[in-house]
This record gives sequence, C-alpha cells and structure tokens, in this order.
Amino acid sequence: MTTTLEPTAPAVPDAPSRRRVPSTLRHGLSLARRGIVKTIHSPEALIDVTLQPVIFLLLFVYVFGGAIAGNSADYLHFALPGVLLQTVVFASAGTGVGLAEDLRTGIFDRFRSLPISRAAPLLGAIAADLVRYLTAGVIMLAFGFALGYRTTASPLAVLAAFGLVLAFAFALCWVFTALAMVVREPRSVQGLSATIMLPLTFASSVFVPTATMPGWLQGFVAINPVSRSADAVRALLDGAPAGGAAAISLLTSAVVVVIFAPLAVALYRRRT
Amino acid sequence: MHTTPALEVDDLARAFGDVRAVDGISFTAGRGQVLGLLGPNGSGKTTTVRMLATLLPPTGGRATVLGHDVVADPAAVRRRIGLTGQYAAVDETLTGRDNLYLIGRLLDLSRREARQRATELIEQFGLVEAAGRRTRTYSGGMRRRLDLAASLVGRPEVLFLDEPTTGLDPHHRNEVWEAVRTLADDGVTVLLTTQYLEEADQLAHDLVVLDRGLVIASGTAAELKSRAGGRRLHVRPERPGEAAVVASIVASDVGREPTIAPSGEVVVGTSDAAALRRVEERLAVAGIAVAEIGLRLPSLDDVFLTLTGHATTGAAA
Repeated sequence: MTTTLEPTAPAVPDAPSRRRVPSTLRHGLSLARRGIVKTIHSPEALIDVTLQPVIFLLLFVYVFGGAIAGNSADYLHFALPGVLLQTVVFASAGTGVGLAEDLRTGIFDRFRSLPISRAAPLLGAIAADLVRYLTAGVIMLAFGFALGYRTTASPLAVLAAFGLVLAFAFALCWVFTALAMVVREPRSVQGLSATIMLPLTFASSVFVPTATMPGWLQGFVAINPVSRSADAVRALLDGAPAGGAAAISLLTSAVVVVIFAPLAVALYRRRT
Repeated sequence: MHTTPALEVDDLARAFGDVRAVDGISFTAGRGQVLGLLGPNGSGKTTTVRMLATLLPPTGGRATVLGHDVVADPAAVRRRIGLTGQYAAVDETLTGRDNLYLIGRLLDLSRREARQRATELIEQFGLVEAAGRRTRTYSGGMRRRLDLAASLVGRPEVLFLDEPTTGLDPHHRNEVWEAVRTLADDGVTVLLTTQYLEEADQLAHDLVVLDRGLVIASGTAAELKSRAGGRRLHVRPERPGEAAVVASIVASDVGREPTIAPSGEVVVGTSDAAALRRVEERLAVAGIAVAEIGLRLPSLDDVFLTLTGHATTGAAA
C-alpha cells in the first residue's frame, strides 16, 4: 500500500514545545481545575468538609465538653485544633473514594490514552482536594470563632498551623490513593478508610487529655502521628512553642509521602 | 513510497492468570482503513484494543501503531491515537464544552486553540444546544457522540472504537455510524470492535473475526459471506416448540442437518431453488404453521455461525 507521508507528523508535537512549566505540573493543574469545577458543581460533595465537621464540633463541645473539661468553653479551646486536624484527615480519605469512582467510570482510561504523564491525573485530583481541605479548615476555624474560640497566636502561627494540617492531609491522601488502587470498589474504599481513620483519630490526643487512658493505649497514642500533629497544631494556635511536635509531624508527613506516593503511582501504572 | 501499516499485530497475546484472553492474534490494517474486529463477548476484542491503545501491556507477541511499538514507545503511540471505550468516558459533572476543552489542554493546545477545537467538534457532532449543559443530563446517544468527539480533539490518525454503539437505540446508533463514516472519509484509520454483525457489515471494509482469543477468519465482508456458502433456506415456525420437527423435515429434504437459532428459526445452506417449494408443501402436510419462510443470501450472522458453530449472541454464556 502506498500513501503520502512516512512517517506522518503527529497532530500533537513529539517534543513538547518549550514552555516554562513542566508538562506534568501543567497537566496536573488542568486536571485540578476539573476537580475544583466538579466540586463546585456538586455541592453535596462538599458536605463532608463543611456540614459534617460543624456537626462534629457542636456534638463534641456540647455533649462531651462539660464532662471532659468542666465546661464547654474550655473544651472548645482544647478540642478545636484537634477537630480541625481530624476534619482534614477525614476529608483526605474522600480523595481515595473519588479516585476509585473515577477509575470505575472509564474517564481515567481516556487520560491514560493521552500523551500525558501517568502521574498527572493523580496529582490533579490531589491538588483539587487540597483546595477542599483548605476550605474545610477555614470553615472549621470560622465556626470555632463563632462559638467563642479565641486565640492570642500571631497570624503567622495560625498560617503555620494550617500548613501543618495540609501537609499531614497531603501525606495521608497518598495512603488512600494507594488503597483506592488496590481495593477498587468506591464503597469498600470508604469503609476501609473509616476503619483506619477512626482509631487513629480517637486513640490520640485530639479529643481528650490522654492521662486517664490505660498504659498500653497511652503507648499507642504517643506513637500515633495524629497525636503529634494535633499537639503541634494546638501549640501553634495557643501561641506556645511547637518546635518538637511540629518537627515530628512534618517528618511523619514526609516519610509517608516518600513511601506512599511512589507506591500509589506504581499501583496506578500497573492497573489494567 | 511504501509505508508502514497503521496497525501491525503479530502473535499478540495477553493472559490474566491462567485465562488467555488473547491467545496469539495477528492482523494488519492499512492507513485510512476501517477494520472491524468482530466477535462475541469474551472473545478478546476489548483486551486487544486496550493493548493497542497502550492501556494494557501484552504478555506475548508485539504490536505497532503507525510503526511505533506499543511497549517500547507508548508515548509516541498515544500522541497519534484516539480511544472511545465501551463506557462513555466523559466527566458527568462538567459541561460538554468543558470536557472537550480539558482534553485539548491536556494535549497541549493553547487556551484559544482548545476553545476553538471544542467549538468545531461541538458543531461537527450536533451538540451545539447541549454544549453548555452538564453531561449528566445528556442522552445515551449524545454522550457517545461527545465521547467520540473527545477522542478526536487531538486529530488522531488511528481511532479505536470499542463497541461504540452497544446499548444505543437504532436512531442513536445511526448517528454514531454516520460520524464514523465521515471520519473514514477524512482518512482516519479506524479499528472498530463490535458484536453486531450488521455494524461490521455497515462500516468496515475488512473484518477480523475473533473467538475465544483467536482469529478464526479474516477478509472483506463479501469474502466471508462467500465462505459461508451459497443461499440458505430459512424457516421460522409460528410455535418455536416445533422447530425440531421443522428441522427434521428440512434435513430429510435437503440432505443436510440445519441449525436451529434460539428464536426457533431453522437455517440450512442449499443451492437447490426448488427446495423452498417442496419444504413448504411438506410443512403444510404436517400441519405446521409457518411464520416466515424463504431463501436468502448469507448474512454475517450466518457466517459467524458457520465459522464458530455457535451464534454471536448466544456465545456470551
């Protein structure tokens, strides 16, 4: 058979045109925009990061607050930083569920048949979710203020607390991404995530001072990264020195990313 | 000048554990050709397409798309292909226009180019009115058309269509067929999988018939039909329960064992034009009410039956 050109020039350039932004990042941002538009278009997807944490805070402050701390106001002061962390940690589990859903609808097949980095769709989904986490955090803090939470911490310390929370959520969402690649079924991802997150958040210093816990549990609480992160966020929002706990929290996040990000990407590549 | 074929598949295989989904198949498609990959569910069509579209690594053999090896150089393959899978892979929460724009941006078009290309495709696929709506509200046919449009944003030279009309009603199916014909006229190479023989007959110049992961026949539709023999006598009794009696009457007249379709239709190949009249009389004598009787040229369904010994639709079990 004879035709005209050999080999034909592809419609899409072989060598990416010279641009300042590396292509993986650029494609990731395009996909992140998709994720954000998606969230805006389906506000029900925001419930887990808006209404749910608000209800959580109300329940804890007014149901348990008096019993744990003597009065609701003192408990609010103690619990808010932890609930802020818990909210964002739970929201990061939503990343896995969303990815499992995307993988099932076939849209990731389309992305994978495009000449883009295979990590770009994952990066895009996670970047869009970081916006969700931030939204959740801001709502949480604003609602805490409405309930009477006050802090003397500098704006810089508040920002640092947010940074710490986001870093922790970013690290965890790689765990849930890897989980979504293995488990596949969105509902199972959701169930498993809750099973992992409940003990991690409750067996920690998020909701109560740990002094009354049995010794073996205190041992777990002490090594639970959620505790260290909650302590660090609490210290930052109290305007207290947070150095040690913050360092441990950041280190944990870094270690989790180093392990689970490559694992998630590898599992995603291998997925058929 | 001689050129590499659009698709060159050589002893390609894929196993999932012990299951050999594709068991060493070979075929070639020239540039600008519409090649139909025909077979029942589970025959390996989708697995083949996924390997050619670089979504699934083969476990044996090799395949090239426009001369680029799907394993050694998947990036070069991806730059030249479009894929429309069995499930319309569009984002339900985005509008039709945003879906196309997103693909354009991912293909490194500038914002302006991506917008332009989206508008072109929206017009080409008759989606102008729906373009601003979220695709969740689209009908099945509109979704498929958008899906097809999305696979064309990068002006692919080779397009993979995996059962593009499965689940569509005849009206929407015709819309998709029209779109495929237009693409073929524009010189795009199309690999189309289908379990509908009519679809293969309508769209494809050449056919590769798969069954249980193997190529069992290939050629043009006309060639395959001639392989199934001459004309065939078909009888459908009013009561499907009488098919066996009809079959024995037909067999004793023609001298060959007919096949019985699930509908109760009895079919046998024969070149004897008088057989029709004789069988009609004997059925009348036997008191069997006939819903339909006649001689016809073999359809691709008949071809499939001849080649595999089982019908296309019944083979899924």
